[in-house]
Amino acid sequence: MSVATGQPAVDLREPAGWRRTKNRIATILMWTAFVCTLVPLGFVMFTVIQKGATAINWQFLTGNPIPINLAPPGAPGGFQAAVVGTLIITGFAALIAIPLGILGAVYINEYGGKGWLAKFIAFMSDVMTGVPSIVMGLFIFTIWVLHFGYSGLAGAFALGCLMLPIVIRSTFEMLRLVPDSLREGSYALGASKSRVTLTVVLPAALGGIVSGALLAVARAAGETAPLLFTVLTVESTNSNLFSGANTALPLQIFSNATSPYVGAEQRAWGAALTLIAIAFILMIGARLATSRFTTETQ
Amino acid sequence: VSTVTQADPAPPAGSARPLTQHRALGDRAFQILALAAGLLVLVILVLIAISTTQQSTSWFTTEGLSGIFSTDWDPTNNKFGALAFIYGTAITSVIAIIIAVPVSIGVALLLTQVVPAKWARPIVWIVDLLAVVPSVVWGLWGILVLAPWLQGIYTSIASGVSGIPVLDNLFGQPVSGSSFFTAGIILAVMITPIVTSLSREVIATVPTIDKEGAYALGATRWEMIRGAVWPHSQGGVVGAVLLGLGRAMGETIAAALVIGSSPQITSHLFATGYSMPAVIANQFGEASGEFRAALIGIGVLLFLFTIIVNLGARGIVERSARRARGA
Repeated sequence: MSVATGQPAVDLREPAGWRRTKNRIATILMWTAFVCTLVPLGFVMFTVIQKGATAINWQFLTGNPIPINLAPPGAPGGFQAAVVGTLIITGFAALIAIPLGILGAVYINEYGGKGWLAKFIAFMSDVMTGVPSIVMGLFIFTIWVLHFGYSGLAGAFALGCLMLPIVIRSTFEMLRLVPDSLREGSYALGASKSRVTLTVVLPAALGGIVSGALLAVARAAGETAPLLFTVLTVESTNSNLFSGANTALPLQIFSNATSPYVGAEQRAWGAALTLIAIAFILMIGARLATSRFTTETQ
Repeated sequence: VSTVTQADPAPPAGSARPLTQHRALGDRAFQILALAAGLLVLVILVLIAISTTQQSTSWFTTEGLSGIFSTDWDPTNNKFGALAFIYGTAITSVIAIIIAVPVSIGVALLLTQVVPAKWARPIVWIVDLLAVVPSVVWGLWGILVLAPWLQGIYTSIASGVSGIPVLDNLFGQPVSGSSFFTAGIILAVMITPIVTSLSREVIATVPTIDKEGAYALGATRWEMIRGAVWPHSQGGVVGAVLLGLGRAMGETIAAALVIGSSPQITSHLFATGYSMPAVIANQFGEASGEFRAALIGIGVLLFLFTIIVNLGARGIVERSARRARGA
């Protein structure tokens, strides 16, 4: 507030001396902050691509089973089990969480309106995004694994629990942007509320909803902690989601990362590159969905 | 549920009646489905609390308060004191916050006050990329690349401060590249995107008229930020920082890989340590009986801490957002 007090009435010249220097320093510090985020990102991407590229080939992605930790680099076998596990577990989690998340957001925005329950659900869903992923793993362990055993399905439940609030939040933000005039126009034509929601409101927000959902899937695909005690880990491919232990790329990275063997390290980098590639494809998909949405509405 | 009756008005006279009734049925089914999906969030949160607490009651009852908050962690002798893990979680989160907050606020100010909107988008994209890199990849990079590199730096800092009273206690005696501090750095990188994007949202609500007023008084950009932007967005930024803190507390795999996995309470930031999520991730596999109950119990405590932090943070963010809208 020193601004308002110590200032001459009219001074259109560029501020001189110390004040200008301070302004420059502040601007430089802001750019420095940005560089501080660039450095680790560039560094980690460079390392993963450099070390992962030497490990990845067709056999690495499709070979079966996963080589044991002490196997040398380039040992026979590959990460098919982990790739398949990641795809089916994350895929099923998305299948549960995305429709439920969208429905939940529909309740909050379309039905709940300004009521206390909708507000409370929206608030608690935001709080739920802050539940640590390891706690989700423990939760599914106590409520599911203890009764039905380890399976890909249990892992999908844990990932689904993580995705649900993210999907609710992003869908809710998109539904809020849909202009009321669209809804009112449809009501005027005699459509019922569910029909308006399904055929007018949701399609209008589709791009943004798809984008948010894909980002949630990208986040879930990289999660390790919720899978540790829900899917356990196996070496050979288990394409049955509903029974038997399974594995996933993050789990394999985790177990290989702490192993002192050269081959394990190399395989961990290869799996990391595969995982990042999956996450990036999803993220680019999300960007495309967003841009499609924005051009449509203009 | 009162809205159900509202959406189902008394049938109007005339031929439209059967049609409306038919619609009302499907309508109501859809509404109930949506409500159920919304309530699922509350159900899951309650179930998390109940099921995990149930599986860990034996830990809470046998150890008691003094047992839980003791440093005695010795699974082979059935001693399960969690204080060292709570300490590790606290210290790594605080380090993460100290590093991440200035960076995040700096980037948020850069995005909202300095660069034109055209440039802001790619910068947002780059910062968001940090969040796309999976936790386990940060951990892998931390343990194989960052930690070996930091070890040399830790050693030279330690030799530089040896003998100086307070600094020696904080930065002395490094053991390896894995430490509280390394975990703090990795956590800082991981929470930067969320703190940045939330701060940016808050700062973006500062009314243009306030900023123009500051400029009209002849303020430099920095003076405008301090005089107009900061007072307006202070509360919301505090909320964003708290949310980042919650994230840092619960972050598991990256911390498990780089923290060094030795439960101890020490003032030395470069010493190896342990945190609550890390011990659960590393030891749950071989745990059973009382040991497992203790680890689930640590999970319950972690859930409790993060829920408290998140409730507070969301409350602050919500309040400041409401104030910003009202202003």
